[in-house]
Amino acid sequence: MAFRIEPRRAPPASLFYLTPVLAVAVTVVLGALLFAALGYAPGATLYHFFVSPLTTVNGLAELVLKATPLAMIGVGLAAGFRANVWNIGAEGQLTLGAIAGGMTALELIDVDAPWVLPLMALAGVAGGMAWAAIPAFLKVRFDVSEILTSLMLTYVAGLLLALLVHGPLKDPTGYGFPQSAMFAPSANLPMLVNGTRLNAGALVGLAVVLGAWLVLARTIVGFQIRVVGEAPAAARYAGFSAPRIVWLTLLAGGGLAGLAGVFEVAGPIGQLVPSISPGYGFTAIIVAFLGRLHPVGILLAALLMALSYIGGENAQVAVNLPRAATGVFQGLLLFVLLASDFLVRYRIRLARPARAAP
Amino acid sequence: MANIITRRGFLAGTAGIGAGLSLGVNGALAQAQGPLGVGFIYVGPVGDHGWSFTHDVGRKHLEQTLGAKVKTTFVENVAEGPDAERVIRQLATSGNGLIFTTSFGFMNPTERVARQFPNLKFEHATGYKSAPNLATYNARFYEGRAVIGTIAGHVSKSGIAGYVGSVPIPEVVMGINAFTLAARKVNPNFTTRVVWVNSWYDPGKEADAAKALLDQRADVLSQHTDSPAPLQQAEARGAFGFGQANDMKAFAPKAQLTAIVDDWADYYVSRAQAALDGSWKTHSVWYGMKEGMVKIAPYGPGVTDAARAAAEQVKADIISGKSHPFMGPIKDNKGVERVPAGKTLTDEELNKMDWYVEGVQA
Repeated sequence: MAFRIEPRRAPPASLFYLTPVLAVAVTVVLGALLFAALGYAPGATLYHFFVSPLTTVNGLAELVLKATPLAMIGVGLAAGFRANVWNIGAEGQLTLGAIAGGMTALELIDVDAPWVLPLMALAGVAGGMAWAAIPAFLKVRFDVSEILTSLMLTYVAGLLLALLVHGPLKDPTGYGFPQSAMFAPSANLPMLVNGTRLNAGALVGLAVVLGAWLVLARTIVGFQIRVVGEAPAAARYAGFSAPRIVWLTLLAGGGLAGLAGVFEVAGPIGQLVPSISPGYGFTAIIVAFLGRLHPVGILLAALLMALSYIGGENAQVAVNLPRAATGVFQGLLLFVLLASDFLVRYRIRLARPARAAP
Repeated sequence: MANIITRRGFLAGTAGIGAGLSLGVNGALAQAQGPLGVGFIYVGPVGDHGWSFTHDVGRKHLEQTLGAKVKTTFVENVAEGPDAERVIRQLATSGNGLIFTTSFGFMNPTERVARQFPNLKFEHATGYKSAPNLATYNARFYEGRAVIGTIAGHVSKSGIAGYVGSVPIPEVVMGINAFTLAARKVNPNFTTRVVWVNSWYDPGKEADAAKALLDQRADVLSQHTDSPAPLQQAEARGAFGFGQANDMKAFAPKAQLTAIVDDWADYYVSRAQAALDGSWKTHSVWYGMKEGMVKIAPYGPGVTDAARAAAEQVKADIISGKSHPFMGPIKDNKGVERVPAGKTLTDEELNKMDWYVEGVQA
């Protein structure tokens, strides 16, 4: 007995949108079983995982705060992924953005002017772009795989940040701790909701998502990106420049990651520290694919991923669910989502051996 | 079809149970009369067998000692960064009256949350910012380092120690210095080679650093990272090492000479008791071997009689105040005299230490 995997000819469109919902439902059931097997009340655990973070203003604010960098980076990466440009190094581009924006803030620490923050944002975008320009150049000029170069540059970026905060940017009054001075108030993003940590970065993030949607769906550049990715030969025939798309998508991804980096240091952190992102640049890759490379889908996926992190912490606090169980649950969610995606596109058939004629 | 209905029914049922239970957990009123909620946040997993593990030992001891008067909660593996503040807030809003944040990188987030919750009490380990509702506490690990440095000086044949460093902050720098100063009192040519891994807990990187150090002829390892990985490397290569934060004998029965054991248990009990009595006040404490916050684990089979006697002497002299690991004369590793004879570094100078003593290659 053997199984065969064959593509479905025309997967119904409704299924395409329904599967994520179904997948979440299946995960909830599997999660309940998992929690029960570990000796935790499944109902209460699920409630603290998925519902209770959403019942307070602070919880919602934290959710949006965490989803913002994921959505911004995810949208930037998706543009590249659509064109078969595999930027895996958003984490490093984020770090460079944070460094450039943070150094601007430290340089202007005595300046109290409304243009400080926009300047930081520009510096951050430029920093992220500069870091992404390296793989773009190597790809276009020497055909070096951007997967490797962008990934490896992530570690270089982390070490560069460590070097700076242990050395020239170290707070002189900070007892030798590897942290910069705290930024001046004019270098901090304005708060959206008092008493929470939600800042104006979320609005920019939303604008980025909508802007990306417009660009990808309604402009020639968006069309070119799609064609280069899906039909390179056709793109060449139509005279679309592949190197131009490589440059464009890597710079867009790097710039948005850099902006997300500035928003982290100008928002919840308020200074340069040795570790700025808890892996947003890598999580955003998952977010981009969960959101089916569509800006709106990415926004929803970013919110879902953010909820799974916050909910995991919440379940630790409320019912003492161990961190490892949270990780398993998150993995389960992704696994089921991807599996259901697969099952929509393909079907598995039992391949019966041909019966011998009697 | 039947299957779907059952599933839906199950979901509705579980959501109902969840909502019911959550009232009990989240009810702020219940907390006011009930036990004192004590929250902990750890930078590593409770299973790191080092730093976070010993804080959790302290937490369990607190629960056992004060019983129903306290209810503890912990969150493990919290990254130092933007996530830390959210977790501290979460502990602050879920009914905890006293919150311990146990890593130096939690300092600024703790300060911010403490400002927003003036009625709650916060305690931060190993930082320097305090407030009326934010106390700081730390242990004089460098005292333990002087004891193990003495042993290293006796046991090492090559006269080279490998030191797996985490992050070059004053606490770690002074540990390296205390270790090297003590070892050089035994063997004046002793050198300490440091490899930084830029992390407090990363078994893979820690093991790689240990291997590199052993390859450079180090025959005794010390570490300021939290996992037993360097010690396991020492065991595998027939070298020696010291447990970090906790007795790690189980991981390296032959290689572990001894361990510097952090004991937070009594401190946590006394602070929770103070919070219950209403006598809790902010402070900034730095306890050592005398107060029992730093302990030396039982000696392993590799410790010679001479090393044991010398180590016990160093320990006794520090506890009695007869000697101090940072008594002059001390030269730095560029040959400049930093502490003249007859002087001892003050706590304030120690807390700003950013130079290495003679014999350190960092």
